[in-house]
Amino acid sequence: MDLLPTLWFAIIAVLWTGYLFLEGFDLGVGMHLLFSTRNENQRRVMLNAIGPVWDGNEVWLVTAAGATFAAFPIWYASLFSALYLPLIFVLLGLIFRAVAIEYRGKGKSMRWARGWDIALGLGSLVTAFGIGAALALTTTGLPINANGDRVGGAFAWFSGYALIGGLAVVGFALVHAAAFLALKTDGDVRHAANAFARRVAPIALLPLLIWMVSLQVTRGTALTWTIAVVAVVAAVWASIANRNRQEGWSFIGFGVFLAASIASIFIASYPVVLPSTIDHAFDLTVSNASSSPYTLGVMSVVACFGIPLVLAYQGWTYWVFRKRVSGSHIPEARPVEPAVRRS
Amino acid sequence: MDALDPLLIARWQFGITTVYHFWMVPLTLGLGPIVAVMQMMWHRTGNERYYRMVKFWGKLYLINFIMGVATGLVQEFQFGLAWSEYSRFVGDVFGAPLAMEALLAFFVESTFLGLWIFGWNKLPKAIHLACLWIAVAGSVVSAYFIIVANSWMQHPVGVDLVNGRPVMADVVAVFTNNTAISAFTHAIFGSLGVGGAFLLGIAWYQLWQRRRDGIDAVGPDKRVIVGEASGIPGRDKADHGVWLMSLRIGAVVAMVAFAGVAISGDAQGKLMFEQQPLKMAAAEGACHNGTSFSVLSVGKLGSKNCDDVTPVIEIPGLLSFLAHGDFTTDIQGINQLIPQYQEKYGTTLPDDPKYGARAGETIDYLPVMEVTYWGFRLMIGFGGVAAFAAFVALWLTRRGTVPRPRWLMQLAVVGILAPFAANSAGWIFTEMGRQPFVVAPNPSGVDGVFMFTAAAVSPGVSFGEILFSVVSLTLIYAVLMVFELRLLVRYVRGGVASAIPELDKRDHPDESDDGPRPDDVLAFAY
Repeated sequence: MDLLPTLWFAIIAVLWTGYLFLEGFDLGVGMHLLFSTRNENQRRVMLNAIGPVWDGNEVWLVTAAGATFAAFPIWYASLFSALYLPLIFVLLGLIFRAVAIEYRGKGKSMRWARGWDIALGLGSLVTAFGIGAALALTTTGLPINANGDRVGGAFAWFSGYALIGGLAVVGFALVHAAAFLALKTDGDVRHAANAFARRVAPIALLPLLIWMVSLQVTRGTALTWTIAVVAVVAAVWASIANRNRQEGWSFIGFGVFLAASIASIFIASYPVVLPSTIDHAFDLTVSNASSSPYTLGVMSVVACFGIPLVLAYQGWTYWVFRKRVSGSHIPEARPVEPAVRRS
Repeated sequence: MDALDPLLIARWQFGITTVYHFWMVPLTLGLGPIVAVMQMMWHRTGNERYYRMVKFWGKLYLINFIMGVATGLVQEFQFGLAWSEYSRFVGDVFGAPLAMEALLAFFVESTFLGLWIFGWNKLPKAIHLACLWIAVAGSVVSAYFIIVANSWMQHPVGVDLVNGRPVMADVVAVFTNNTAISAFTHAIFGSLGVGGAFLLGIAWYQLWQRRRDGIDAVGPDKRVIVGEASGIPGRDKADHGVWLMSLRIGAVVAMVAFAGVAISGDAQGKLMFEQQPLKMAAAEGACHNGTSFSVLSVGKLGSKNCDDVTPVIEIPGLLSFLAHGDFTTDIQGINQLIPQYQEKYGTTLPDDPKYGARAGETIDYLPVMEVTYWGFRLMIGFGGVAAFAAFVALWLTRRGTVPRPRWLMQLAVVGILAPFAANSAGWIFTEMGRQPFVVAPNPSGVDGVFMFTAAAVSPGVSFGEILFSVVSLTLIYAVLMVFELRLLVRYVRGGVASAIPELDKRDHPDESDDGPRPDDVLAFAY
């Protein structure tokens, strides 16, 4: 049993879960902005609900990527280079998203704000889809050779699983964001979010369910099947809570659905971190893709200290900004004018 | 190699994205501590002037910060995307500082900055200030981690060679690499120089604007007579103090930063003469052994042939002084160093599949001399000019405002770019000077721990894919630069009132600006 590589496989699964859980609702809020039925005040309510936390949430992605590099450099190198184009699109999406959130309110015209809303919405959509596709493919396989390099050209990664994984994260993010907005806002946005979650959840969560179940069919164990059942129960429970207007429980329920799904997927994949669709002899596993025991030991010490600390202060941030945001909270936008004498 | 070479275009991509990223980063690193000190001064003295400074400079800080975050994501991903062989080779030691940077610095930076932005009037004042300090500390720590990673590429330490790959053996050695300590110090002072010049240029513009609009005047004793203009948002008497104080802080920071840059740069240069002698020889255009520092060399620096380089002005002994602290030690020139490199690391690229069609090619150990020679001089030149200008600016503003001429104001504003240019030139010099290695060999380290850049690129990724990404990233970066500059200009032109709208009393003359807002209204909102 490779203790440290297994521990790091678990830590990376936790980091991805943290990322999908937290940035899941940020990405979803971004996509919700694409629905043109909302007015400017409502859009600002939605943005300010994630305002203080979205940047910190995004760091979970950077940490997941960095931890993969540190603990499994062979996995990091093969996965990222094989998925070159999709991950470039993820990066472009993330760039637009970040800049849009910061810049949309600093312009002079509604056109400026609406333009950035579209950048934010599409950026979120592309990011969610790309991350979902990448995660699905690392569990279902890529055409990699003995050196871990992709063969077959720039689009050789494409498969049905890329589509399912992409839709899984997009769908989950939409529902999760609705549950989040229902919990964190008041007024029209809250009611619309509740209704959205009720209407859309059964369809939007389906791709994640398909990804999870198809992995259980090929590689599932009693443990992973059990966790998969927990995931389904949580989703049903979240939908019932949503109908009963128990917004906190509904949000937690969708979160448990995500965490259990990712757990069952990662545990079923173990010890393979990236299967080769060419030959299973080329599969990357926790043992042949990992760093040395020394490096993993150093990183374990850092993680044992670092991860609880991150959870503590990010948790505190959510506590500080625990109040619901409503339309009346949003200060009037004042255009910036040059401080010069007009002649 | 043929024109459709993934290696060359991947290098361009890394260069473009990194230089661009490092326009945002030094401003973040330089402005952050300055804003934090301003807020501390506000808490200590209760002086409204500092409050306005925090709000105004904080706003510009945030407009810039987000661009650093957005472009930084590309950095974290592109080792795996375009440089998978590099990532496989160095991952055991190089991945650790990157992961630690994310876990121990980026989380801190982003979370506490969010608390600071949205925490105005919500958090107790001391905690609100602490959040900014913690976020700033996060930025500085992140700089340390990434420079540890970069310095390991310049000077690999703390590793053993196992199965042909470096494996971390001593994490303390990696994190106390003398290259990293000097480069980090150098980069932090370089960033403070950027922050200082930024304050100086913008504050100069504001003071000039006040004079041009007839708000401030100069009395018979040549001292400033501060006025106010009720019709212009924010242009009251306190406004003058905001800009004069900002200007002076900026000038002093820029001068202190230059002193720090010079001292740390000297230490760094001495290390580099030992650790990467060919880089320093190329920075000098020094073909033969000698002791003279070249002030100006002409000829075909790019010809890769030393006989085409002619030193025009030289200072005898200075090169020895820079390298060793005396005036007589001979410093090895390019013509002496190259045979040593060839003997140690080979004359041709090994016959290994990872070199692809390049296997067997002659290795050119000399970096592009035009870049190293001029990069080195531009770095020092722009840094020195900025510091000198800061000194002159302090002198010119000693009576409390800026001189009237428009060209001086324009010079102060354009001067903001000088430290940016110095930073870029320095990084381009040190990264291009490391070629043809991506991991430069450590002369006193473990044999075999080095990597040629030619072996580092992702074997499975095609020219077309990288072309697509480099073109789209470059175009998007260019567009975003336009947006960032437009916003910065708009907020600068708006003066303090752009960050504190309550100062604009034209619409609501009765509104009191110091009454606390109701708790349930966001003090800041997107």
